[in-house]
Amino acid sequence: MLYRENGQFKQSYHADLQIFPVLQDRVAIQLLLVLAFVAVPFVASDYAFRAILIPFLILSLAAMGLNILVGYCGQISLGTGAFMAIGAYAAYNLQVRIDGMPLLVALIGGGLCATVFGVLFGIPSLRIRGLYLAVATLAAQFFTDWFTNRVPWVTNNSSSGSVSVRELSLFGMAVETPAQKYLLCLSIVVVFGLLCKNLVRGAIGRQWMAIRDMDVAAAVIGIRPVYAKLSAFAVSSFVVGVAGALWGFVHLGSWEPAAFSIDRSFQLLFMVIIGGLGSISGAFFGAAFIVLLPLLLNYVPHWLGLPLSTATASHLEHMIFGALIVFFLIVEPHGLARLWLTAREKLRLWPFPH
Amino acid sequence: MKFGSFALTAAAVAAAMSFSVAPTAAQAQAAEQFVPLLVYRTGQFAPLGIPWADGKQDYLKLINARDGGVNGVKLVFEECETAYDAAKGVECYERLKGKGTGASGFDPQSTGITFAVTDKAFNDKVAIQTMGYGLSQSVDGTVFEWNFPLLGTYWTAADVMIQDILKKEKGNLKGKKIALVYHDSPYGKEPIPLLQKRAAKDGFELVMFPVTPPGVEQKSTWLQIRQQRPDYVLFWSAGVMTPAGIREAQASGFPREKMYAIWWAGSDHDVKDIGAGAKGYNAITIHNSAARDKVHDDLKKFVYDKGQGTASDASQVGVMAHTRGMMISMLQVEAIRAAQEKFGKGKTLTPEQVKWGFENLDLTPERLKALGFGEIMRPVKTSCSNHMGTDWARIVQWDGGKWNITSDWYQADQALIDPLVKEMSAKYAKDKNIKPRSC
Repeated sequence: MLYRENGQFKQSYHADLQIFPVLQDRVAIQLLLVLAFVAVPFVASDYAFRAILIPFLILSLAAMGLNILVGYCGQISLGTGAFMAIGAYAAYNLQVRIDGMPLLVALIGGGLCATVFGVLFGIPSLRIRGLYLAVATLAAQFFTDWFTNRVPWVTNNSSSGSVSVRELSLFGMAVETPAQKYLLCLSIVVVFGLLCKNLVRGAIGRQWMAIRDMDVAAAVIGIRPVYAKLSAFAVSSFVVGVAGALWGFVHLGSWEPAAFSIDRSFQLLFMVIIGGLGSISGAFFGAAFIVLLPLLLNYVPHWLGLPLSTATASHLEHMIFGALIVFFLIVEPHGLARLWLTAREKLRLWPFPH
Repeated sequence: MKFGSFALTAAAVAAAMSFSVAPTAAQAQAAEQFVPLLVYRTGQFAPLGIPWADGKQDYLKLINARDGGVNGVKLVFEECETAYDAAKGVECYERLKGKGTGASGFDPQSTGITFAVTDKAFNDKVAIQTMGYGLSQSVDGTVFEWNFPLLGTYWTAADVMIQDILKKEKGNLKGKKIALVYHDSPYGKEPIPLLQKRAAKDGFELVMFPVTPPGVEQKSTWLQIRQQRPDYVLFWSAGVMTPAGIREAQASGFPREKMYAIWWAGSDHDVKDIGAGAKGYNAITIHNSAARDKVHDDLKKFVYDKGQGTASDASQVGVMAHTRGMMISMLQVEAIRAAQEKFGKGKTLTPEQVKWGFENLDLTPERLKALGFGEIMRPVKTSCSNHMGTDWARIVQWDGGKWNITSDWYQADQALIDPLVKEMSAKYAKDKNIKPRSC
């Protein structure tokens, strides 16, 4: 009923090429955007902004970047935390060293530095694959941990090795309140979401997917693996770098290298796997799952009035989290995005299943 | 008929009103003050975090059980697990800052989280209490209006260690070599600027050995120490890194008497299992947190004997990290008390008012004795420009079974630290575009 597409005929190529070809999807997305841009800033509390919405948006962006590399191009990476760190530290250095650096340029600059770094560490992907590549990207992680910790220049000679950003402003307007920060993140995520979606739908995205599915066959039909793989690394680390810069600038405000440790890399990989490999919406589902579930597991015993000690709650959280990950991987290896797709397919026929 | 139903309604409304009024009146009688507790009971630093968290909570329980709160204001508290992770800490901070009556100051219990919430606290007008850690330059209250590194910082600690070494070396460190073995994170790097100044002044050579967190693997570090033969090792470690380091020192034959650990690496659980192997290991204490005093007896009597204790058993009471937890809560409670003196006794205070209390702490010897901290602490007085108070410290040594005090009271060399605080806080103010207030 909800998804009945009777009478929705496409009469032009343009109509056929839309991101959301079904009217209901278009309306739903538009509603969602209106809700996110207009309603949420008025309704949400400071807590919701700072502890839930902003981390959710930034991690979605990072997961989107990683998904391009892992989900679309099939190059497993464990260096996401490192790419985020490079983005954050590069943006910080741009801001500190160049007076009057606009925030957006600093963020994009951070992304560009991460791109260079990502391509550099993507070069081994031309020779090695799969698990071996994952281990090679681990090198990026360890290198960055060392680099951000030991090279004083990176932190502007901060005595403690942690850095702290100045006040944020955009086109002369201060970005101070949580609602403003949220809107900044939301705008960036929407723009990047649109760009990524179009990239993966286009020629380059098809090349990535061909490489993922079988690189020898892809090479035979004329796709250059060098170009396809490195461009996936470049786009992915650019997006992840911008997400890293946002994480440092907007979410934390000041950070130490531990903020981008290997734990972050694993967390993002889980997001991509749980959310759905090879889908843009999967990044959002995965981020929501990982950001919200621990909070929920923390809150629910509290609401039920169960007197759980902090340590027990925390251990329980890890156990339930682990169990859920295993459960999801068994029940739906293609992640939450696939579950959503299945639900939609069912809704198209509802209430008359086959 | 009509009037009858009206009267009935009115009666019902009146009854409902009286029901709804009664509890609010009761609430008004029992004023409450909310204290957020950020803790890490899990993760790589849990061995230190657990007794610390227990101590913080135990003291609040003691105040409620023994005194019925602060001037009748009951303390309510809630824990939030950070696992020493900055992003989780930010979430905890956001969750608890507006809870109940508003947070009466945060003890983030981590240098990283302190960095992350410092800017936010400035906007939210909540005090950040960092006893013995955090940003060393935040002593300067003119720039860091909301940070309170009470009782000591890593700079004062490093200075006191050097003073004790100077005493052992008869006042001359020329030509000596002192190594800093540190947790490679902002926490471990904090003492470096001060030590560099001290090295220039006293003429010793400073060699640095960063250890990658979590610090379980230190073989190569201690091999290097064996090659370079430093005269002393300053040990800036935390969590699992500490016992690992002591065992490596033992294995490589470095005398434990020549090791000086920072306070977080000088807890009972760090050395207990190594026992005699750690004999001679020195640690600095914030004031004299190795001591036992009346507060411990009170805690046992009013809390643990009634089965209300936070720790698994009463033997944890008096462990150094537990005592430090109690000191933190005591300072918090005294800040509330001081603020009540100004803003009204028996009233619930806003976070901003509690911050005034932090800024106007005056713990005299008599007051400390009355609180049961007479042996543990020396007088402390904070002000608008000095957010640290007084930085007394002592050195303790592990004799294989317990800690013994081996030094007199020390205070850091103000001539060295003050300019450094001023210089670094001015840099921070410039970076952040903060106009220092005048005090």
